[in-house]
Amino acid sequence: MPEESLVTLVVNGRTRRIAVDTRTSVLDLLRERLGVTGPKKGCDHGQCGACTVLLDGRRVNACLVLAVAADGSRVTTVEGLADAGEPGEPSELQRAFVECDAFQCGYCTPGQLCSAAGMLAEAKDGWPSAVTDDLAEPTDLTREEIRERMSGNLCRCGAYVNIVEAVRRVAE
Amino acid sequence: MRPFTYARATTPDEAVAQHTEGAAYLGGGTNLVDLMRLGVALPSHLVDVTRLPHAQIETDGDGLLIGAAVRNSDLAAHAVVRERFPMLARAVLTGASGQIRNMATVGGNLLQRTRCPYFQDVTRPCNRRDPGTGCPAREGEHENLAILGHTPDCVATHPSDMAVALAALDARVRVHGRGETGLDDLYGDDPVRASALRPDDLITHVRVPPLAMRGTYRKVRERASFAFALVSIAAALDVADGVVRDCRIALGGVAAKPWRARRAEAALRGGPATEDAFTRAADAELAAAEPLRDNGYKIPLARNLVVRTLGELT
Ligand SMILES: Cc1cc2nc3c(=O)[nH]c(=O)nc-3n(C[C@H](O)[C@H](O)[C@H](O)COP(=O)(O)OP(=O)(O)OC[C@H]3O[C@@H](n4cnc5c(N)ncnc54)[C@H](O)[C@@H]3O)c2cc1C
Ligand code: FES
Ligand code: FES
Repeated sequence: MPEESLVTLVVNGRTRRIAVDTRTSVLDLLRERLGVTGPKKGCDHGQCGACTVLLDGRRVNACLVLAVAADGSRVTTVEGLADAGEPGEPSELQRAFVECDAFQCGYCTPGQLCSAAGMLAEAKDGWPSAVTDDLAEPTDLTREEIRERMSGNLCRCGAYVNIVEAVRRVAE
Repeated sequence: MRPFTYARATTPDEAVAQHTEGAAYLGGGTNLVDLMRLGVALPSHLVDVTRLPHAQIETDGDGLLIGAAVRNSDLAAHAVVRERFPMLARAVLTGASGQIRNMATVGGNLLQRTRCPYFQDVTRPCNRRDPGTGCPAREGEHENLAILGHTPDCVATHPSDMAVALAALDARVRVHGRGETGLDDLYGDDPVRASALRPDDLITHVRVPPLAMRGTYRKVRERASFAFALVSIAAALDVADGVVRDCRIALGGVAAKPWRARRAEAALRGGPATEDAFTRAADAELAAAEPLRDNGYKIPLARNLVVRTLGELT
């Protein structure tokens, strides 16, 4: 069996077919082979969230997913979030980040945005979190809920207060 | 990372057949891929088991049959799990991050490896990683390592939150072609071995029997979210007229496996549901603790966690 494999991914709506070394992560495939550099490499260990993308609509750490294991999936990066509405126009979430000044250096931002998009969809589906009081009941996205649900995304600039505010605006 | 070949299995038989010498099963990869990158895991072949037909949660009478390929986030979001087994849902929700829970599978969560810093650092000796090389943790960095059940050869802890709840729930782990085993036997008593399974043993399901008691999960960690437990507890309690009719207690972060506190449970059953009794029960369990130089703090932490959690459940 070969240590190289042909992988097909639909990246931001575009079908990409490419031969990869089995060791390649989705993050490295996107950045190094496909020129999609929105997702960032902060740690390569699942600890920072900078590489967050949506895989078949769910937020994941692209650094921990092998490209071969993702074969056949849809990948949405920060580049693809914008096109969800008017092509080329920033999404509501992206506008909220700008309006709330929810970043400083911006390195964590693509991951924060994809994570927030995934998290809002989870909340819409009624998923609870560790700080939800009654797990059997639906819950509102309070600041506390947002902080807990976004804890997989670190921001070394400490823009957390404004990130939470931006996400809360969109959640309302 | 060492080169490897990759294949997707679609049936359990196929998965086991593909698991040749040097192979490893791949779940969500959130632990295995990380360890491969660190050079700790060196599989020559990966058998992807996420496409096996074990991605459902079924109700089994008042209990549950959870497929090993179910993602952690789907387990915690499942209506029946949230309603009838909040202890399990809460344990899963306190683990890792939203992103990691979306990838992590039930089977992979059970068999995730220790976060002991020496195990993860290939430049240091570690009996678990390289049998016979020694355990520097005993004299070295061990603030977060075991206080119970450790041996001179290994003082690692098991990092899973979910497994602590499953231990308290008397869950049974189904291994393809080999029947069911409880969590105590799944992990065994030798910390160096980490699990009593053979390398090609495939977990297909976890069966959770019904529980007619109120239960919960609490976790103490160094930051409010996205951190492994220093100490955690899964507990359930049934009190009638001030008397403990039944209870379950399992502790996380204290041993190489989820620590079912059977001595504490025995001390509680039939006795009063008072803070005094809870404290005595915790002390009965923790009498066996052998703290290392820098992790003695886990004893009062575990005691307080037991007393407070049982108090809340009363
Ligand atoms: C930054 C970070 C923080 C984390 N924090 C926490 C935390 O707070 N609490 C917590 O509990 N966990 C935490 N985790 C660990 C996480 O929960 C585990 O990595 C995850 O549950 C493993 O599941 P997986 O499917 O990704 O396993 P994989 O990485 O795919 O596999 C893990 C092991 O299980 C084996 N395996 C997988 N499936 C099967 C099967 N069906 N049968 C037999 N063997 C199998 C694999 O061969 C491998 O040895 C954290 C992880 C990271 C990266
Ligand atoms: S780069 Fe993936 S989580 Fe940090
Ligand atoms: S804005 Fe700089 S890391 Fe978040």
